[in-house]
Amino acid sequence: MTGSPPIRALSRWIWPLAILILLLAIWEVAVRVTNVPAWQLPPPSAIAASFRDDRALLWRHTLVTLKEVLLGFGLALAAGLLVGIAIDASPVLERAIYPLIIASQTIPMVALAPLLLIWFGYGLLPKVLVTALVCFFPIAVNTVDGLRVADREMLSLLKSMGASGWEQFRLVKVPASLPSIFTGARIAIAFSVIGAVFGELVGASEGLGYLMQRSAAQFQTARVFAAIVILSAMGVGLFALVSLLERIALPWRRFITDES
Amino acid sequence: MANPPRPPESIPPSPSSAPASPPRLALRHIDSTYTERGASVRALEDISFEIADGEFVALIGPSGSGKSTLLDIIAGLFAQTGGEVALNGQVIPTRERLGTSAYMRQRDLLLPWRTALDNAALALEVHGHSRQEARRMALARFPEFGLAGFDRAWPAQLSGGMRQRVAFLRTVLTERPLLLLDEPFGALDALNRVALQSWLLDLWERERQAVLLVTHDVDEAIFLADRVVVLTPRPGRIAHIEPVALPRPRHRDIVTTPPFLAHRAALLDALGLLAPVQGGAA
Repeated sequence: MTGSPPIRALSRWIWPLAILILLLAIWEVAVRVTNVPAWQLPPPSAIAASFRDDRALLWRHTLVTLKEVLLGFGLALAAGLLVGIAIDASPVLERAIYPLIIASQTIPMVALAPLLLIWFGYGLLPKVLVTALVCFFPIAVNTVDGLRVADREMLSLLKSMGASGWEQFRLVKVPASLPSIFTGARIAIAFSVIGAVFGELVGASEGLGYLMQRSAAQFQTARVFAAIVILSAMGVGLFALVSLLERIALPWRRFITDES
Repeated sequence: MANPPRPPESIPPSPSSAPASPPRLALRHIDSTYTERGASVRALEDISFEIADGEFVALIGPSGSGKSTLLDIIAGLFAQTGGEVALNGQVIPTRERLGTSAYMRQRDLLLPWRTALDNAALALEVHGHSRQEARRMALARFPEFGLAGFDRAWPAQLSGGMRQRVAFLRTVLTERPLLLLDEPFGALDALNRVALQSWLLDLWERERQAVLLVTHDVDEAIFLADRVVVLTPRPGRIAHIEPVALPRPRHRDIVTTPPFLAHRAALLDALGLLAPVQGGAA
């Protein structure tokens, strides 16, 4: 059965799906048989019920977190690309900025987030900044790497045609760096949800992180699980979206074998 | 509109065979020294020769004789230490030589993110044609280069010979009267190589640009060129210039004729390949 693409895609997903359903069934049965209280470990059916009963609440907080993630990722993307290009363009900047960027990664976010709270309050901004800080590093570093791998001979070919520095950048360096930039973006988007939730846990009045914290305090454990499911779906969905954009933007990559 | 007709002498006919026309390329006493890992390397010494309009010159020499360095200098990618490069009779400084010739290297250097068509049209785009116009001009020549139907293929989908033909088309579409070819067949297998040599010769018979071809293949040099310049091992100096007196158009069967073999013997001798191996006796 190696027929049309949809059928192949289905057969790829059928086993993980079957195992997931089996695990959920074991979970459901185990909880019922052992009589564990729902506030300690809710069965999947209770989590499903929470999705149904709390959908307005969950949706509202999901939108807040999604907004933080997208704004933070967007900010990191813009800053990472700019810094990456600047570092590639100027050896002085490379020596000045690059070590600082690497050193900044050793500062634990746990220490930084409360400071951002003190400086920027309980609103949207500190969460966006935490997300952006988490996303910035992989994007900036992969941009620098991508711009560096541009083939020197291709650049000198363009030069021999009389191409300006800007044309060499636009026609060779940018396209050559895109695969690496997309790799950075995929790593960053996977971290971005963690960043936003972490920002909310430190201090917030809305968002899924805040909702989880509040629901846990009220022993609404099924709702905590529902929020976790949404967060994980959000992470997977955004990752898939970036991967899809990558496939659309770099159609030539599919034919590249490792010979070049 | 009372536009007076232009006097006919304002566009002087310039037959390429006119004895007064300056050479397309003139190298005068080119020296090149560069530093590599702290050590000074003398790559080229006192290189002087000319290429007339429509002339095909091959440059041959052992590896390390500075052949590629010389092409880089002519193309303006690398500055010579001494001597001068004149194009059409005018001495042109290094940086201003960029964009004056069509340069092709051994590696096809196709941009993997551009289709065959967009790779072929690259130089046209750089020279200011719109992308649409560049594509139209390139596509018109695809059949002639044996590439019909492959315009939308990615470089990774093409065979080595086809990639090289796309690179050739890109070079020809650079629309410069001087072609610099650095071992364009070096990376191909023997059969592809022979086929592309004949094909290049056909193309050149029609276009007749000035060509400087770097090769380390004696047969290739004789088969294609009007003159063969032989360089010595490092530092590269001119050891010998062999005019090739074979009639054109040339066909493959020429390679077994006595005049061809005579050129071959002369070139192998100039390269020192006919002398007995030295230093072997203990």
